[in-house]
Amino acid sequence: MNRHNERYSRLSKMGSIKRSCIFLLSLFCLFLIFGSFNGSDLLGAQLPSGRKANPSENILLVAAASNLRFAMEDIVDEFGKAFQTEIQVAYGSSGSFTAQLMAGAPFDLFFSADEVLPRKLISKGLALEDTLYRYGTGRIVLWVSNGSAIHPEREGMKALLHPSVHKIAMANPRHAPYGAAAVAALKNTGLYESLRARLVFGENISEAAHFVRKGSAEIGILSYAHAVSLPLKDDGRFWPIPATSYPPLNQGAIILQQSRNVPLSKSFINFIIEGLGREIMKGYGYKTQKDSR
Amino acid sequence: MNWDAFWLSMKLASITSIILLCIGLPLAYWIARSSWRWKFLIEAVVALPIVLPPTVLGFYLLTAMGSRSFLGRFYQEMTGSPLAFTFGGLVVASIFYSLPFTIQPLSMAFSAVDECLIQNAWVLGRSRWMTFLTVILPLSYRGVITAFILSFAHTVGEFGVVLMVGGNIPGITRTISIDLYDQVQALNDQGASETALFLLVFSFLFLSLVYFIDRKKDRKRVTVQFD
Repeated sequence: MNRHNERYSRLSKMGSIKRSCIFLLSLFCLFLIFGSFNGSDLLGAQLPSGRKANPSENILLVAAASNLRFAMEDIVDEFGKAFQTEIQVAYGSSGSFTAQLMAGAPFDLFFSADEVLPRKLISKGLALEDTLYRYGTGRIVLWVSNGSAIHPEREGMKALLHPSVHKIAMANPRHAPYGAAAVAALKNTGLYESLRARLVFGENISEAAHFVRKGSAEIGILSYAHAVSLPLKDDGRFWPIPATSYPPLNQGAIILQQSRNVPLSKSFINFIIEGLGREIMKGYGYKTQKDSR
Repeated sequence: MNWDAFWLSMKLASITSIILLCIGLPLAYWIARSSWRWKFLIEAVVALPIVLPPTVLGFYLLTAMGSRSFLGRFYQEMTGSPLAFTFGGLVVASIFYSLPFTIQPLSMAFSAVDECLIQNAWVLGRSRWMTFLTVILPLSYRGVITAFILSFAHTVGEFGVVLMVGGNIPGITRTISIDLYDQVQALNDQGASETALFLLVFSFLFLSLVYFIDRKKDRKRVTVQFD
């Protein structure tokens, strides 16, 4: 059989419209492939360390507990202005970050919501030994949206027993320290057993805030920093849970062993514990102090 | 709308679907043509990612890529860096995650090819390889296109696995679906709704293209009948 004939019959079988479809589709794919590799991005994304190419290494990759989101955004802005650096922050629950760091996640700094997880990372040899800094002590609050019939600012913890409360949003106590503090506060006031079935858990404190803001939950146990943040402060009312009813949320930061820029990491931490960052942290309701261990 | 995240998703999806097509063509051919007794076991393994929660796949991949596993250590010694939390790690994860969406349309298309045509080609002296290239592949080109588009779209829509294996690192592993999740967490309603709407329209246009390609043939068959 003639090879030329065969090819001809194959092409005619496919029909011109289908052929043009395939042509368009392959054009589209080429466009996507080349469009997405803009400039040095191809090299950058596949550098051994998984970082973008940056000759000066003037860039920090930070893992931060969710309660820090709003304070950290302000701090990064100010720090970037003062030091001409780029700081990229990923937010999540401290427990998830600890698991990711143990699996080799390429962060320079880790701002946890407690001090237990950073110590664990130090003991595993993943963080620099003398770098556990207590950068702030957090607080938890009861938060309801503006239109709610629940009044935590008058009733305190009893507001949780209000008949309109079907769901109480909080962070997952298994891996988020703010969730663990919320459970401790409930246990301390003797409400835990009776309210247990109404608790809904966000992956982290931000997800819990999202639940209660959208009305999926009537009341939430959130961080003070979330309650006074720009998206939430005009939307609702809050009542700080007395600090005596849960173990203090002392938050620790560490510099990780694989950090490529330890001096810059140190100056970022210093900016937060004694520089302008400290004022920003205070503005979001964190208690701050200078001592570092 | 975070365009960096969008382009990252596009890059991930196109690389993944091209690699998947290279793996998928021989594997699907084997599944369609083989009469091995234990073939059903291979088919079940290939279909697993459809049934498994992404967290299960993410957990195993993270364990396998981590510096404590044999594979992770091997990769780290070869390249000097761990595979988890890099773009390369995402590509590996996406290949596993989207594998069934490549294999199933391909093997269905291959087994729909008339056995007589294949045997005729053999009788006329074509090798198996040439028969595949000149008879089976042209007759199942729609399966190939469907496989490509489905694996592409499925990779763009991937969430759980990418979050576990990639870790939401801006510019490196923060794909468009992770970016949407991040915007929700930042309580940024406007950004989140923009991204969500964009993804909805994008997916709709993409699937319309798939069904447009399908539509042509059906319609032609109908007109032939009425003529």
